[in-house]
Amino acid sequence: MSSPRIPAKRREGLLFEKSVSGKRGADVARWDGPDAPPLDARLTRAEIPGFPELSEREIARHFTRLSKLNYANDDGLYPLGSCTMKYNPKVNEKVARLEGFAEAHPLLPEEASQGCLQVMADLEKYLCEITGMSAFTLQPAAGAQGEFTGIRMVRAYHEQRGDPRQVVLIPDSAHGTNPASAHLCGYRVEEIASDERGCVSLKELKERLREDVAVLMLTNPNTLGVFEREIGEICDAVHAVGALVYLDGANLNAFVGVARPGDMGVDVMHSNLHKTFSTPHGGGGPGSGPVGVKEILSPYLPVPRVVRAEAGWRFSSEFPSSIGKVHGFIGNFGMHVRAAAYILANGAAGLKEIAETAVLNANYLRRKLEGTYHLPYSSPSLHEVILSDKNLERFGVRTLDVAKRLMDYGFHPPTIYFPLIVKGALMIEPTESESIEELDAFVDAMLAIAREAEEDPELLHAAPHSTPVGRLDEASAARRPVLRWRGGE
Amino acid sequence: MRYIPTSPSERRALLASLGLERVETLFDSIPEKFRLRAPLRLPPAMAEADLVAHLRKMAEQNLDPHTASIFLGAGAYRHFAPAVVDHILSRAEFYSSYTPYQPEFSQGTLQTIFEFQTMICQLAGLDAANASLYDGASALAEGVLLAHRAKRRNRVTIAGHVHPEYLAVTRTLTSTLGVRLESVPAGADGAVDRDRLQRSLGPDTAAVVVQQPSFLGRIEEIGPIAEAAHAAGALCIVAVTEAVSMGLLKAPGDLGADVVLGEAQSFGVPLSFGGPYLGFMAVRSEWVRELPGRLVGQAKDASGRLGYVLTLATREQHIRRERATSNICTNEGLMMLAATVFMATLGKQGMRELALQNRARAEYARNLLGQIPGCRVPHAGPVFNEFVLELPGAAAPVHRRLLDQGVVAGLPLERYFPERGRELLICVTEVHGKAAIEQLAASLKEVL
Repeated sequence: MSSPRIPAKRREGLLFEKSVSGKRGADVARWDGPDAPPLDARLTRAEIPGFPELSEREIARHFTRLSKLNYANDDGLYPLGSCTMKYNPKVNEKVARLEGFAEAHPLLPEEASQGCLQVMADLEKYLCEITGMSAFTLQPAAGAQGEFTGIRMVRAYHEQRGDPRQVVLIPDSAHGTNPASAHLCGYRVEEIASDERGCVSLKELKERLREDVAVLMLTNPNTLGVFEREIGEICDAVHAVGALVYLDGANLNAFVGVARPGDMGVDVMHSNLHKTFSTPHGGGGPGSGPVGVKEILSPYLPVPRVVRAEAGWRFSSEFPSSIGKVHGFIGNFGMHVRAAAYILANGAAGLKEIAETAVLNANYLRRKLEGTYHLPYSSPSLHEVILSDKNLERFGVRTLDVAKRLMDYGFHPPTIYFPLIVKGALMIEPTESESIEELDAFVDAMLAIAREAEEDPELLHAAPHSTPVGRLDEASAARRPVLRWRGGE
Repeated sequence: MRYIPTSPSERRALLASLGLERVETLFDSIPEKFRLRAPLRLPPAMAEADLVAHLRKMAEQNLDPHTASIFLGAGAYRHFAPAVVDHILSRAEFYSSYTPYQPEFSQGTLQTIFEFQTMICQLAGLDAANASLYDGASALAEGVLLAHRAKRRNRVTIAGHVHPEYLAVTRTLTSTLGVRLESVPAGADGAVDRDRLQRSLGPDTAAVVVQQPSFLGRIEEIGPIAEAAHAAGALCIVAVTEAVSMGLLKAPGDLGADVVLGEAQSFGVPLSFGGPYLGFMAVRSEWVRELPGRLVGQAKDASGRLGYVLTLATREQHIRRERATSNICTNEGLMMLAATVFMATLGKQGMRELALQNRARAEYARNLLGQIPGCRVPHAGPVFNEFVLELPGAAAPVHRRLLDQGVVAGLPLERYFPERGRELLICVTEVHGKAAIEQLAASLKEVL
């Protein structure tokens, strides 16, 4: 595979292209015992065709160069709406790497892993207090797995009453994982249209609530950054037909320490430790999506659960109604350590300050950008604001152009084209981690782009201009997918 | 709060710019009756030094990994990771970025995923691999769902010894969709019983699942199992919990496997009490559009420069919603990076040497422990780095007595199989020296 010479920015070749036969990057510890008896030749291979051969020096340089092709949260504002790209405190990385934690095998006898069990027990307790739920499982590895776990418990609850019911109600502004998770639990999904405020209409909800509805999946604040202020009445109406309320807690950062879902009538919810509780996003994971339940759902929690022992803690799987397991062992413990560290660093006052600052920052951006950019819903924003490209349409400029041009100004674009109910959406979530200087610089960039849209739309269509590669043709990439390197094999 | 960059006076200025006097006004959309009136009952905020001391104390309540001698495997493996792995992992460019939705700003992550996908394919002997899944157990569940979708059949046969945790997770994740898992027990030699397997297959079998090496460490013969699956019109799914084995064993794809999936924690990912780990999945090209999770492909920009993008996204939940191949949104990006650096660093020679060494040490240990009076190795067939040791009596008390001496003598199989009360599953890797193995044998002899 040959690549054109790039004078400005040299392309970093693939490991396989740099590979030279006979090089090595590691030695295996010496073994002075006997070799194993040889295996039948049908079972083994002489080598792994195409596998790379490089020195450690070249590996270090390769990945350092690759890292520099990324824009990261430590570079600047990363305003992906719904993702809560807050600062990842450095001490979290340190404590998660303490050898007692990092080298703990998940099948150690309980007396040999009391420290890990204590971290889990503490984190469950903190999450119950923060959300107002009665019990938590830390097993789900991400928000979507949390959703599955929660809805699966809802199903078990209804099944135990003799009828699993058939339908999950989901607002049209929900994350795509909501319907996908409900489907995976064997449910049929029915969508509820948002009203002119961008919220669930209580009237329509009541019309849609029947005896075959198992659960309403609600995101609050919703993906428009708007708090569903009728949540109390919504929960009452859902409960009145024997159904339950699931809260997608992706946006908990907006009101952590200010109010609690459990006090509003929510029966089951997940929280994303990689959003509200600062664990690093890692280029797309690992996440962690603990699920909290009210007492009525606690019999169905995944096993094993952390329970009190005569001395300290132990795991118990003696819960006959449990839905079973959703992840091997106990889930993403490394993220539990980081989240616990974050909660301890903040304390109650710190958590409240997070919500207040996050909401303040989002409203500041909204105030500075609305008017220049179209604001599709004027309901009060909490932690994020949704704008659209409507005002730029007459210049032939779309949301995608704005996003790509933002990179030339040194900012990661917001989430785009989501929620689906807003045409050409720009979903901006600054989080509490940004200073006024950074917010102002972002505002200046957005306003400059709006001017460019009018004066020089071509500049935007061709953006970005300053990135390691220009705008990539995703459509033809999907038509004839090249998903792995094939040369030289 | 030290993580928040807004001073009190800046906060006042921000409020003033919004025409507000009190920050509480921002939350007017939350009904008054739901607002907390008292602070949350949490421990008081800790300074960094106190926080480190507090968590260090907890970490030290665990068994000290340096002084103890630990022979545990069973789906999570102790391996040495070259220093370069964590060094690269610690770069904020990698860990503080997110899903590469904007490719022009994420080429580092995207190219890493492309390299990861390629190496997983090379190990598996298949055409395409996704960007990673949560862990091995949920990867098996996703593989079973893939077969269920692709074949429109409901039965899945589990051949021989597959990790019980993988089966538990697969049951939870597939039962509501009408998938039935059926086990075909292993034969007397501990390997898959081909005759029984053959008899269990039928016109509604979507897939045969086999673990390689098996949960009890046995190296299985994949070829005939794949043939039997294909003869019944089913897929052959090979699950791997010990990825190091792929450095030595023939690629399952070359032996007929349609899907190879499992856990790659062995590739530079810390044990970390069970997670975050690294699920992976590779498939033949005809099943690419059925793959769950993220995929990276090659693309070009307007001036012909080569780059990488997330591709075939129409499979995914953010586009297809309830009709998606899976509800997965995140992958395990950072663990994927660890594995990519690990695989590249070990390289073609290192991967093979590492596998050979794991096998040599395990065979040495199996031989030594099997000679202890009263102890027995129930199956003589080839193992990779785990094996079963049968004790003269109940294993649990022996295991406990050894723990008092700082030795974790593998896993009492009773944990998963009540009928195996006398058996231990022992794991030996390159971190166990000859002296440690001999010490294990001596200690065991002594407590028996």
